[in-house]
Amino acid sequence: MFIYILKRLFFMIISLLVIVTATFGLMRAAPGGPFTGEKELPPAIQANLNAFYGLDQPWYKQYFDYLVSIAQWDFGPSFTYKGQTVNDLINNGFPVSFYLGMEAILVAVAVGILLGTIAALKHNEWQDYGAMIIAVLGISVPSFIIASVFQYFLAMKLGLFPVARWDSFMHSVLPALALATTPMAFIARLTRSSMLEVLSNDYIRTAKSKGLSKNVIILRHTIRNALLPVVSYMGPLISAILTGSFIIEKIFGIPGLGMHFVTSITNRDYTTIMGVTVFFSILLLVSILLVDIAYGLIDPRIQIAGKKGD
Amino acid sequence: MSKQHINIDDIPIESLELVDVRADDAEKITRPSLSFWKDVWMRFRKNKLALSGVVLLILLLFMAIFGPMMTPYNYYENNLEAVNEAPSAEHWFGTDNLGRDLFTRVWEGARISLFIGFSAAVIDLFIGVIWGGIAGFRGGRLDEIMMRAADILWAVPYLLLVILLMVVLEPGLTTMIIAMTITGWINMARIVRGQVLQLKNQEFVLASQTLGAKTNRIMNKHLIPNTMGPILITMTLTIPNAIFTEAFLSYLGLGVPAPLASWGTMASEGLPAMRYFPWRLFFPATFISLTIFAFNVIGDGLRDALDPKLRK
Repeated sequence: MFIYILKRLFFMIISLLVIVTATFGLMRAAPGGPFTGEKELPPAIQANLNAFYGLDQPWYKQYFDYLVSIAQWDFGPSFTYKGQTVNDLINNGFPVSFYLGMEAILVAVAVGILLGTIAALKHNEWQDYGAMIIAVLGISVPSFIIASVFQYFLAMKLGLFPVARWDSFMHSVLPALALATTPMAFIARLTRSSMLEVLSNDYIRTAKSKGLSKNVIILRHTIRNALLPVVSYMGPLISAILTGSFIIEKIFGIPGLGMHFVTSITNRDYTTIMGVTVFFSILLLVSILLVDIAYGLIDPRIQIAGKKGD
Repeated sequence: MSKQHINIDDIPIESLELVDVRADDAEKITRPSLSFWKDVWMRFRKNKLALSGVVLLILLLFMAIFGPMMTPYNYYENNLEAVNEAPSAEHWFGTDNLGRDLFTRVWEGARISLFIGFSAAVIDLFIGVIWGGIAGFRGGRLDEIMMRAADILWAVPYLLLVILLMVVLEPGLTTMIIAMTITGWINMARIVRGQVLQLKNQEFVLASQTLGAKTNRIMNKHLIPNTMGPILITMTLTIPNAIFTEAFLSYLGLGVPAPLASWGTMASEGLPAMRYFPWRLFFPATFISLTIFAFNVIGDGLRDALDPKLRK
């Protein structure tokens, strides 16, 4: 197990290096320097600015400095938010996004598993078709459309929820639902197909012939085993929630990191884009690693490290 | 026992009847022989949902080709006297804020969105089959290196990389397709490699090798055709993903540049106007969803039809 984690960490760091290098390369390739504005700057000021941000150094020095600063958890200044660093943006925005994301993950997992289980238990009955229609719709309709529809009908027409902003729990309901729809649909489909597979196993028949009650069979013998594929979907789930948050936060005007990211894209604020991208990548890679480790711990059939050190 | 014993010679020869038995009858196949793909088609045909997906897709393709020709308008010309008009006999899907006919624009958008989807799938296919095929067939050290490289690239978050590329590179169709395929091929490569690994040790490959077939021939004649099923499924699921990504990028303002119309750009332009001119969002959003739906059910149907476990 320990060797496996070390190995994974090693490859994770290489992947991160690829990302950092790509962002660095792209930042340099981006058209226009950070200080090419409408006003022509006097050459002395230009030189001073370049010196301040280390832009007068040769590229390999800059690259190395960039690596060091990221290793020190410093994502650099923002070019358009004056006086703010990317770290400030992350510190302000991430807690909001985290709260919203967690709520969405909870909804997606709970509702998804419920729908999938119902569909599998009532295989080829109307409940099954109903659940699968919801699932196919959830997969087919892009999240920004779902979000706008929710906003239009539930908030504007019916007035059940606030339309936008971020003040109370009620403000978080619609965005979390919109964010959860697509992953929820995936989880429902996954749960259904793996439940169906598990239900056709011999040990379920054994359990039935032992005279166990239906509830015990479902809870003890079926769902537990059927949920393994769902656990392995947690990695993609986190990345779906994260990228989904860009759009949802913008639509609902939530001051999270996703909205800052979208704003920085619109403003062509290169350093923020790069910094937040690196931050998101670290976040994703670490959470996927954690999910994989958890999966290994849960599933008795997987032995992560062979005794011979894999 | 012995009492009941009947001597064969005692049976009168007239009571016996000659049955016409031929030696090769035992080998006769009573059911019509089916090729693999016929069999797949038979099972696919029974899946009503998947079949409706095919019909829907054919309709969408037809409209993408002929739709823009059905109206006297084009997708880029502004008409400021007919701004934000509701659907009518004149403008079947209404007009947008620049007075452009939405019916024409929706089908122009279908061309672009479908083009993005299909190109991404074809490029993924091309790179993925070569990369995965070589890695799987050669195996050993080369396989290890190739797949490790793919793993490292795979760990890079897909949408973030696409966004990054779209921000820095010049916006346009080509950029978008490049951005999508830069890590998109890895999925295909992994699937092809897995299949080739499984197949290459089977007897028919050995037989072919014994007959002196070259690597190329084994690859093209034996291995790749046998992986067609999983490849096809992966492709049908890549296309909706690409269309989805296109819509997502358009919403972030990284879509195809104006006046080109893709479904994504049209929907994101229609969003702020949703309250007053809902048709501007409704039509592009509906067709994005229908297309993704069609590809998804076709992909699901193919997966079921190709699964030998479901064979009867």
